[in-house]
Amino acid sequence: MRKLLTSNCTKPAVFILCLMPLASLGWDALHHGLTANPIEYITHATGDWTLRLIVITLAITPLRKLLGLPDLVRFRRMLGLFAFFYGCLHFTTYIWLDKFFDLAEMWKDVAKRPFITIGFTAFVLMIPLALTSTAGWIRRLGGKNWQLLHRAIYIIAIAGVIHYYWLVKSAVVRPLTYGAVVAVLLLWRVADKLRPHSRGVSKAAGEAQPQKAQA
Amino acid sequence: MDLRKEPELTSKDVTPKAVYLNRRKFLKAASLASAAAFAGGGLWELAEPSARAHAGTKLNAALKSPFSTTEKQNTYDDVTHYNNYYEFGVDKTEPAKNAGRLKIYPWSVSVEGEVQKPRKISIDEILKLAPLEERIYRHRCVEAWSIVVPWIGYSFSELIKAVQPTPKAKYVAFESFYDPEEMPLAKYAGIDFPYVEGLRLDEAMNPLTLLCVGMYGETLPNQDGAPVRMVIPWKYGFKSAKSLVKIRFTKDEPPTTWNRLAPNEYGFYANVNPHVDHPRWSQARERRLGEFFKRDTLMFNGYSDQVASLYTGMDLKKYY
Repeated sequence: MRKLLTSNCTKPAVFILCLMPLASLGWDALHHGLTANPIEYITHATGDWTLRLIVITLAITPLRKLLGLPDLVRFRRMLGLFAFFYGCLHFTTYIWLDKFFDLAEMWKDVAKRPFITIGFTAFVLMIPLALTSTAGWIRRLGGKNWQLLHRAIYIIAIAGVIHYYWLVKSAVVRPLTYGAVVAVLLLWRVADKLRPHSRGVSKAAGEAQPQKAQA
Repeated sequence: MDLRKEPELTSKDVTPKAVYLNRRKFLKAASLASAAAFAGGGLWELAEPSARAHAGTKLNAALKSPFSTTEKQNTYDDVTHYNNYYEFGVDKTEPAKNAGRLKIYPWSVSVEGEVQKPRKISIDEILKLAPLEERIYRHRCVEAWSIVVPWIGYSFSELIKAVQPTPKAKYVAFESFYDPEEMPLAKYAGIDFPYVEGLRLDEAMNPLTLLCVGMYGETLPNQDGAPVRMVIPWKYGFKSAKSLVKIRFTKDEPPTTWNRLAPNEYGFYANVNPHVDHPRWSQARERRLGEFFKRDTLMFNGYSDQVASLYTGMDLKKYY
């Protein structure tokens, strides 16, 4: 398993896998699969994948420790950046196809509609994380500061779930499922912190030195 | 709206069903062929084809209605594959896949409550109660999308006349069919079933209020509310209950499904009103399916001439 995770071809494989949702949308577009309301369909699909990739990114650290696979961290940045990529597509669909680049209309929405406010907040919070995802920025900020900044993903994940929850009319099963998964992933971190030996383990796994693990 | 104008578009202008079905068959064959080359999202489609069209029986709706709009109708494909019918799943494409389970024959509707002649009416009797008309109506969903559909039916007032409400009757309550066995996805919908709706008696008497048994020249497809549904074109779509099994005349305002779930979001009246936003989104504009740009939403969905008088003196911001 370790060998597989550290092999040269897994990263490209995960990269291609992350592009599949986009490929699927492209396929649907060519095969009348975008329903009678393509704009809504694309908005929902890109939003779904943003949230899914946020959750997957958030799952990397617990999985590394629970499964004893520290090398999983190799994929964390890429997964996080893909979450941002789908977030950008999601935002672009909204601002372009829904608001037709009417910024005044957009600000009215952001101010007036709580589900837009919180979704927009989550998107804006993703920007600094994407920008500082490079090894250079980790060095410049220092591991500690960098890590502190990137804890913003906890807020982003919670905001993303609330954004979804506030959007649906009555079918709360799906947003609540995302909410439960995010809650488990965050509570695991709290529990891990409270355990006396957790610091040692996390050091050994390279958690406190992301620059090494990411390099 | 100019009612004197004869409608220019009829069901004849709609893509014939056979052509439509053949096109789908062709598309499916084409996607099968290309799936061999590309293993992608299309494989899902092959594993679970979304296009299960239900054959409709031709209906002879000779009468054209002066209430019909001359706007461009939506395609049969749009109206049958983009549905809100939560009993069959909450995604728009799910009812087309799942509503086939609904057994629509034999069928009867129980008309009861404050009427002199309560009765169970079979679907065969309903089809013959009054001459069938085609009515091309705008249909505006509370989710801010809209369609234009050539419905078939007759004014609901015909049924009211047949059962003779007592003087106590002030409201009409509608109940949709519900069977958890035929509708296994209903439990994920987040709303209580059976679906219930209601109108004030004068709203129900308005000639625009349609007891609907078909569309596009045929009986209703299951996902669009077969075999009989309401169509109330000046109200948000959720007021137009599908697959009716009970019509009850009452003294008091009946409970309605969405209002029960979120009274601050969905009122009993639910008249289309661009000036009263849904708390979470704007109702000022709408996306007509098939159009790229949004268009302005009209007061009472453009039916002010026929229905505005029903609400004289009412604060429509309060009674949304």
